[in-house]
Amino acid sequence: MKRLAYMVPLAVFLVLAGYFAVGLKLNPRDLPSVLIDQPVPAFDLKPIKGKARGFSSEDLKGHVTLVNVFGSWCVACVAEHPTLMEIAKLNLVPVFGIDWREKDPDAGPKWLARHGDPYTLVGDDPDSKAAIAFGVYGAPESFIVDRRGFIRYKHTGVIDADNWSATLWPLIQELRKQ
Amino acid sequence: MRMILLLLAMMLALPAHAVEPSEMLKDPALEARAREASKNLRCVVCQNQSIDESNAELARDMRVLVRERILAGDSNADVIDYMVSRYGDYVLLDPPFKTTTYVLWFGAPLIVGIGILVAVVFYRRRPEEALQTKVAKLSAAEEKRLQKLLEDDEA
Amino acid sequence: MIAEAGHFALVLALFVGIVQSTVPMVGAHRDNTIWMAMAKPAAMSQFALIIFSFGALTYSHVVSDFSVVNVYQNSHSLKPMLYKVSGVWGNHEGSLLLWVLILTGFGSAVAMFGGNLPPSLKARVLGVQAMVSVGFYLFMLLTSNPFERMFPAALDGQDMNPLLQDPGLAFHPPFLYLGYVGFSMAFSFAIAALIEGRVDAAWARWVRPWTLAAWSFLTIGIALGSWWAYYELGWGGWWFWDPVENASFMPWLAGTALLHSAIVVEKRDTMKSWTIFLAILAFSMSLLGTFLVRSGVLTSVHAFATDPERGVFILLLLMIVIGGSLALFALRAPALKSTGMFKPISREGGLLLNNLVMSTGCAVVLLGTLYPLFLDAVGGGKVSIGPPFFNAVFIPLMLPMLFAMGYGPMLSWKRGDLAGASKRLIVAFIATGIAAAATVAIADGGPFFGIIGMAIAVWMGVSVLVEMAERIRLFKAPGKAFARLMHQPRATWGMTLAHLGMAMAIAGMAGAGGWKAESIQVMKPGETVTVSGYDFTFEGAKSGRGPNYTIIQGDFQVTRDGEPVAMLHAEKRNYPVRQMPTTEAAIHTLMTGDLYAVIGDSEGNEGGFVTRIYFNPLVVWMWIGSLFMVVGGTISVSDRRYRIGAPTARQSKSGKSAEAASA
Repeated sequence: MKRLAYMVPLAVFLVLAGYFAVGLKLNPRDLPSVLIDQPVPAFDLKPIKGKARGFSSEDLKGHVTLVNVFGSWCVACVAEHPTLMEIAKLNLVPVFGIDWREKDPDAGPKWLARHGDPYTLVGDDPDSKAAIAFGVYGAPESFIVDRRGFIRYKHTGVIDADNWSATLWPLIQELRKQ
Repeated sequence: MRMILLLLAMMLALPAHAVEPSEMLKDPALEARAREASKNLRCVVCQNQSIDESNAELARDMRVLVRERILAGDSNADVIDYMVSRYGDYVLLDPPFKTTTYVLWFGAPLIVGIGILVAVVFYRRRPEEALQTKVAKLSAAEEKRLQKLLEDDEA
Repeated sequence: MIAEAGHFALVLALFVGIVQSTVPMVGAHRDNTIWMAMAKPAAMSQFALIIFSFGALTYSHVVSDFSVVNVYQNSHSLKPMLYKVSGVWGNHEGSLLLWVLILTGFGSAVAMFGGNLPPSLKARVLGVQAMVSVGFYLFMLLTSNPFERMFPAALDGQDMNPLLQDPGLAFHPPFLYLGYVGFSMAFSFAIAALIEGRVDAAWARWVRPWTLAAWSFLTIGIALGSWWAYYELGWGGWWFWDPVENASFMPWLAGTALLHSAIVVEKRDTMKSWTIFLAILAFSMSLLGTFLVRSGVLTSVHAFATDPERGVFILLLLMIVIGGSLALFALRAPALKSTGMFKPISREGGLLLNNLVMSTGCAVVLLGTLYPLFLDAVGGGKVSIGPPFFNAVFIPLMLPMLFAMGYGPMLSWKRGDLAGASKRLIVAFIATGIAAAATVAIADGGPFFGIIGMAIAVWMGVSVLVEMAERIRLFKAPGKAFARLMHQPRATWGMTLAHLGMAMAIAGMAGAGGWKAESIQVMKPGETVTVSGYDFTFEGAKSGRGPNYTIIQGDFQVTRDGEPVAMLHAEKRNYPVRQMPTTEAAIHTLMTGDLYAVIGDSEGNEGGFVTRIYFNPLVVWMWIGSLFMVVGGTISVSDRRYRIGAPTARQSKSGKSAEAASA
């Protein structure tokens, strides 16, 4: 009994070490959305400068869509953009853009003019209203929304050819069948 | 240590500051409530910092949203519930008392309980007679040395 | 060339370390004096090699050799010299080099000054030390080489994070590491004692000065970090229960417990295996802190070194060092027999209560710090554990101990007289009551824990003074009291100062936590705001230049009832290379609290600026209190009983009696 008591610290440490080993594989920045399988939050975004209309949560109903959060200040978005352009060119899925937190109303349109505009519709979200409603942490982040207007998947970070063909595109095709 | 979150704030956008005068509500009572709510909401892009203290842009926008909702008549609980519905329990600095945190909240008193138990066992193991035995065992020479050591301490 | 030479010295140190971790150990086992004697020159040459290696990296930083990746990533040619030097350890690779520099420094100190240690114990202690350093050498050489070159060399560097370009933070890591690594000494002594199967009063006397030194350094390190946060973050916060802070606080708690339990081992020959456990725990917590910060398990931020390869390596190191020592503990500690007995109400009982609270406190902080990781690992989702949790659990846990701190030194060994001590502490009780009432009256109420905090601080302070007064018979024989005061052993002085320091720090924490006042607004030149009775008049802002930053400086004239109190110059700096601003709060310290002003962005066309004005009550007492604790620790280290070691006769005698008891 007494010897057993002296084993306790070792046992506790081994349990801790096990958790650390698991923890090394986890990414503390990988924050799953609580909105999965929830309806898209209600929002109505104004158009960005130079466009006729923005978009609202109603625009996402009736078809499977990809909602992409970006900003002209976001460095990683530049890396992501060619993939989105390709998706738009091949007409794989309508991409809706939330232009997040632009200080200067000209910045978003200028950025799209320079890098290309893959978006079916773009909404302006200067004060993070829509971003917070979507539970966004940083840009780029993307959401796959199904026909009924429910969020089915959240992608944090850059969409590239790999994760597009491995995860996003199969899911979109799957959702189209439903 | 805070440099981490400031760096993060940098990565996300140009820096702002913790609560700005322009954000603050005119009504001091409502503003006080907003501060109260903000102190309990985590700046989700920071490391363990509330939106009230944070310099991150997203924290600023969350502070503004908190105030808009309070102005629109929400209670503090409503505001916090809204944030939880968007970001999950992660947004709360004070972890809620629920199934996933039972181990945390019960863990603390449990640790204290174990500590007390260990102390009780420690004292029980040593019956009172034992207090005498050591003294009895000391030889005259040891007694002398002990005395010297004690004097050493006093000196 | 210099960088390569530094790298080479590091490799050599690895080999010397391998020799030092094996030969003397085997020698001690076989009672081979020559093999044991290898430890001393090996420890000295390891230190010399690492000094050279550290010097090489420092040289590369000082001359801005941008062909060294480490320099390129963390320095800039325009950076002030102080920060070129502090930049050596202001990054992952360099901080590890500092770590081994201190580790080998402590090792060579044992080799040099450990003449009174039994040869086998000395050989084993140095052997264990070398094992730890070998682990770190391998970690550096395999995953984090500070001497890596790049080709072509860069024209200029990426500069250091501006927040690190600050005197407080420049010296924060070295002290923290002196503390962390200092606990490796207690650890090595504990492992050596487990191998030898012997823990006695002499052992406790050797361990205590190292522990005291480590504890004092760690206290400075934590206080510096806290002080930095206080003036740099621009709103007067000083403790955030953030994982990185907790990582330094846990070893402090374990080390504080160890300090006190070592006294019991020394004086009363009991609580031995517990003390050994605490020695292992204190160093384990230091390593764990390194793991948490460096592996990114809790805080994956790209600014810090967080690649999984390093994480795996550190975890492996933890498994070997902590797992190995705890296994040894489980095997050998049950054989350690204690002879001293005591009642719960006694000096030992008080020390045991201290240990109980410190170690449960450490466990609770560990639980709160790691809980998000646990929950995530079992798929329970993400959760944040912030200050509300820690304050709610930690503060109530500490209060009974802080109260008992008044009693502890008043009780006699073995069996104390609680009623008698209470009677002697009557002055402290009265003072506490008055303090609580006065706090409520002056501050017009206030938060519950603030009032409790003030009361307990006064209780601790007065009871420490009462104890000292009794010791020198201040009231019974006042004539010789001063002479007696001067003749108190240094360890007693150390305790009194450290406990007083704790009382001051608690008062500061309670004051700053409970009655902070703030005012945030846009001020135009000439406008005045009043905070806690002080009138702050904004006198406008001007711009200027520093060596590698630009400045906006806002000036405030502070008056009270029309009488001038201070001029405050708050700065906002912008570092162009990293495109990053920092705030330099203007602080004028008064005994009653700090006047604290921060300047923000300009607002409108009439010279208006966003300003933040704070009154942070009693903050200075936290720093004075920390200083008292450090001075107390330092004085205690210099107690002659530790310098001369335990008398040799007693050493062997008590060693034998301990062995006899265990047989």
